Amino acid sequence: MADQKEKKYLKPLPVIDEEMRPWWEALQRHELYVQKCRDCGDLRYHPRAQCTNCLSPRTEWVRCSGRGKVYTFTATYQNQGAGFRESLPYIMAWVELEEGVKILTNLVECRPEEAKIGMPVEVVYEDVTPQVTLAKFRPAR
Amino acid sequence: MSLSRKACLAGVYEHPTRFAPDKSMFQIAAESIRGALDDCGLTIKDVDGLAMAGIGMSGMGIMGFCDYMNLNPNYVDSTSIGGSSFVAHTAHAAAAIAAGLCEVCVVAFGSTIASYRGPMGASGGGGDSCDQFEIPFGPTTVGAYAMVAQRHMHEYGTTPEQLAEVAVTMRLHGSMNPVAKYRNPITVEDVLASRVISSPLHLLDCCIISDGGGALVITSAERARNLKKNPVYILGTGEAVRHAARGQRDFLDIAAAQSGKLAFERAGVRHADIDMAMIYDSFTITVVSTLENLGFCKPGEGGAFVSGGRLRFDGEFPINTDGGGLSSNHPMMRGMFLVIEATKQLRAECGPRQVKDCKIALVHGTGGSLGLRHSGATLILSNQ
Repeated sequence: MADQKEKKYLKPLPVIDEEMRPWWEALQRHELYVQKCRDCGDLRYHPRAQCTNCLSPRTEWVRCSGRGKVYTFTATYQNQGAGFRESLPYIMAWVELEEGVKILTNLVECRPEEAKIGMPVEVVYEDVTPQVTLAKFRPAR
Repeated sequence: MSLSRKACLAGVYEHPTRFAPDKSMFQIAAESIRGALDDCGLTIKDVDGLAMAGIGMSGMGIMGFCDYMNLNPNYVDSTSIGGSSFVAHTAHAAAAIAAGLCEVCVVAFGSTIASYRGPMGASGGGGDSCDQFEIPFGPTTVGAYAMVAQRHMHEYGTTPEQLAEVAVTMRLHGSMNPVAKYRNPITVEDVLASRVISSPLHLLDCCIISDGGGALVITSAERARNLKKNPVYILGTGEAVRHAARGQRDFLDIAAAQSGKLAFERAGVRHADIDMAMIYDSFTITVVSTLENLGFCKPGEGGAFVSGGRLRFDGEFPINTDGGGLSSNHPMMRGMFLVIEATKQLRAECGPRQVKDCKIALVHGTGGSLGLRHSGATLILSNQ
């Protein structure tokens, strides 16, 4: 897979809003978090300001181990979107984190034929711009 | 209050175009409305309700169409939940008519997505705060469904051959529909030999891209009695949404489980009563997953269920007799055509592809992406 860091970053960047900014700032420090409700204990990803179970705004940020398993994936061979057409095929996946929630991501350092559901993976942080770091996953070492 | 048999489909029209670089979206919708009104013998002056969705049409876009058509409806519905929108519009129109909000509601659609020739399906997201967690990773429409297919194969042992059976049957039906875009028969081997777009889905596991449009005229059972065609009654409806569920979703549980249950309960019919179904076939996996979630077979049995010709017009459980989105047409949104073909089947207007003794039909539309977030809308219709 092409190393995008060497070139101009062409893929769409997240439009980060203030509600989500702390999560993105943690990624810049190479830390991955999910959230847990301080009132009912419900776990959630992606982040949001209140619990979807009880609407409580009292939130604990839970630091993730960065380990998980592939829940499902697809190797994409056709996408005309800028940045993606240059990096075909790429793997998109839902990874189930050890903490118990699923995160949409890319599998990297992994050929399509090597990807398997249930495969243990670990987080890698891609600093794609000075403002944005993405959490991707590779086969666990 | 039960809606059952309060409202009915009085007129339907499927625009025959599959490629219309010479037309606008609104023109295709307007031509379709003319066709649907002619079908039932009403005129534009009778229309007091309008429901609409379209590619790139915002919720406010319906006002532009009112302007274009010089319509001043008493009831408007611009529910926009993807390809299933028109199925939901039909349910809402039935409720609006039963409640006296309007008497003659037109549901309309026009699309020139194929002749526009722009890139599509490279998901740009919904423009909301969920996007930032998805668009950096390259979600495509095909990819989002492919992730559900991959999981289905893993949990249940569903095979690429079983998925391909869906495409093969839809093409058989397409070959019997003179306006279908693709009419050349295909085999399971053809599907498996077509290139992989997003694993495990091949090109021929994916719906086609066409222009097109259509319209429905929905009115009260009373008013429909004296119109040109036999009314098709709306017995039951349901709608639902599924999403990532704060990271805790089982992706094989889809909206159809909720909307289908509601529609069956409200219609007061059983699965065995359904003579044919129109099941949104954006991709082959959509059909397998939808049939399981609607309860026509058990979870995990969808692959076997769609095999052996069961889904053929002359099979045990006929679906998508027009050729579906996999062969007939798919102008980005297909719910409209599901309602039209079911209505024609219930009126016994389908010629060589007519399902015998068709009295009760089920329609299920899926909108959005199964592997990210999606909607489901179910209708149960009858000619009695």
